[in-house]
Amino acid sequence: MRLLNRSVGRLSRHRRRPLAGVVLLLVALALTGGLYAVFSPSSSAESDQTQAEKAAQGRQLFLVGCASCHGQNGEGLKAQDGKLLGPSLIGVGAAAVDFQVGTGRMPMAQPGAQVQKKRPTYDQDDIDKLAAYVASLGPGPSVPTKNQYDPSTYTDAQRKQAVTLGGQIFLTNCTACHNFTGEGGAMPRGGYAPKLLDTKPKYIYEAMLTGPQSMDTFSNGNISPQEKKAVIAYVESMKNQPGYGGFSLGGLGPVSEGLFAWVVGLGILVGFAVWIAAHTTRSSKKKKGLEA
Amino acid sequence: MSEVHDGSHEIEAHTDALLPDPGLPEHTWRPTDVDPKAEKRAERQVATLFGLSALCTVLFVVSYVTIRTGVNGPTILGWGASNVTLGLTLGGALLFIGIGVIQWARKLMADVEMVELRHPASSSEEDRSMTVAALQAGLEESGIGRRPLIRNTLIGSVALLGVPAVVMLKDLGPTNKDVTESAPYPGAGLEHTVWRSQMRVVRDVVGTPIRPGDLEIGDLVNAEPEIIFGKNKGVPVPEDQVLEGADLQIAKSKAATVLLRMDPDDIVNDVTRNWSVNGIVAYSKICTHVGCPISLNERTTHHLLCPCHQSTFDLADGGKVIFGPAGRHLPQLPLTVDDEGFLVAQGDYPEPVGPSYWERNTYSLEQVAKNYATKTGEETGQ
Repeated sequence: MRLLNRSVGRLSRHRRRPLAGVVLLLVALALTGGLYAVFSPSSSAESDQTQAEKAAQGRQLFLVGCASCHGQNGEGLKAQDGKLLGPSLIGVGAAAVDFQVGTGRMPMAQPGAQVQKKRPTYDQDDIDKLAAYVASLGPGPSVPTKNQYDPSTYTDAQRKQAVTLGGQIFLTNCTACHNFTGEGGAMPRGGYAPKLLDTKPKYIYEAMLTGPQSMDTFSNGNISPQEKKAVIAYVESMKNQPGYGGFSLGGLGPVSEGLFAWVVGLGILVGFAVWIAAHTTRSSKKKKGLEA
Repeated sequence: MSEVHDGSHEIEAHTDALLPDPGLPEHTWRPTDVDPKAEKRAERQVATLFGLSALCTVLFVVSYVTIRTGVNGPTILGWGASNVTLGLTLGGALLFIGIGVIQWARKLMADVEMVELRHPASSSEEDRSMTVAALQAGLEESGIGRRPLIRNTLIGSVALLGVPAVVMLKDLGPTNKDVTESAPYPGAGLEHTVWRSQMRVVRDVVGTPIRPGDLEIGDLVNAEPEIIFGKNKGVPVPEDQVLEGADLQIAKSKAATVLLRMDPDDIVNDVTRNWSVNGIVAYSKICTHVGCPISLNERTTHHLLCPCHQSTFDLADGGKVIFGPAGRHLPQLPLTVDDEGFLVAQGDYPEPVGPSYWERNTYSLEQVAKNYATKTGEETGQ
């Protein structure tokens, strides 16, 4: 107490000095700023900044790697003959970028019936920057969080329920193109519905959300986020399904099975026929009965 | 054939005559023919193969009885152990008999070369003329040529035998008209489905109603009428109106609908535009070819493809057939929005869904729309 009284006394002695007002103002300002920094939602302020920075860096990447087809502002480009070079990216959202670039589909190696999956060109850091830039062009679906798409966050009982519900939704909405087990299948004019069994849960979620290439979108108003996660749980359960029937041959139905039967089955038969008709070993000796 | 030395490919015919017939080469014997030890060995080989087959058969029965099947059963290389062993043992049993028989024939059975000359496939002239004569004599004796009355009545009576078949086939079940008139349950018969005016369009599996704002452009929903989930405007219907069992399955399979939201500017057909809500169109999910469920849709082209026979329908143009064996366009369900803002049907499908049947008429989409407008006008206008 005595210490406090002494210091207050000392302060009050300086109170009337002309500089006191300025010092007080500076202290008050620093205090307000400091308090704001402590109590305000500082993380969002910080990430806003980095989000804008990311978008700016993403724009630089975009101008180098994407603008030749999608336009310098992501507005989409058409060739002189009216053919679409790259669609407009305004409003496709970060999820579309994360899917297309993350699975290596973009940048596209060559135009064709189907954009091929390949080793990604950009690392996740650059993908995030590109996504931030494209997301800044117009509102669209954002990249889902792990909790939204990863079925490993379920408890055992929850997963069983989810697999049942997700299975029904999958069989109703997805089976037509992607096969009952998610093996994928053929589409018109050289396209195909990709295999889902080697697709990461995050990308399955993003594909439903954004409808890549000629796939329909299954937005959150169509299939809710919980249902999407259930669908992924079903696909994951298909991955762990042992092949009780023996060779699944890609699970593609009559095409691969027929090919196998014609090539391997007939091949074995031809092998047997050759063996049957092949020359048997002959002896130089005469048969005893004939010699006599 | 003579050898040609000067590189030309001509056959020098005159030299052929000069060559003597070489005849068959001298027969050489197999080791098993001349060596009793080899013969014994071959005999043992064949017997061993047959023995292996027997062993496989025994193992087949043993594995059938002992190995547990189904989910969580034992596995071999990730495959069901039961399937693998059953396949291998039964395959082995058959294969070893086959290999044994062939080995027997190659090593032990008679090894003599034979020459058999080919003979003509047709019968001799004599046989042929005898057969024709016998046929003529038979016709002459029956007098079918001379007695047209008998001939004609026979033809007539045999032809009439087709009628019982037609009558019996016709009575195999109630005709479409019978079903429609008696209507044992809502939407009975081939002409109708359970869709009614103001019935909500709900998502299949979960049964939740849909607002136009829920869907983004490019969204596809597999939809069903709300009554399938036993509800009307979100409220459970009375017990006696709930569809159950076979009735439910039939109603569901006929009423299955594909809901698609496209850019309204993409729609090229006035009828389709009139029956859509903000670019949301609804079509029957049942192919008009042989009734497979279709939902392979290409978002970018609005082409709906049937996986069974590749019939393709343009959903922006009244479900017009643009490829494949389907003979008629895909029926479109006229949509509107109810006072709570949910998507509802304006009524039943304006034309029968699914594949063709005898009594069905085929109209153009414009005619269908005109008929539908008159019909709904009569129902509501008076």
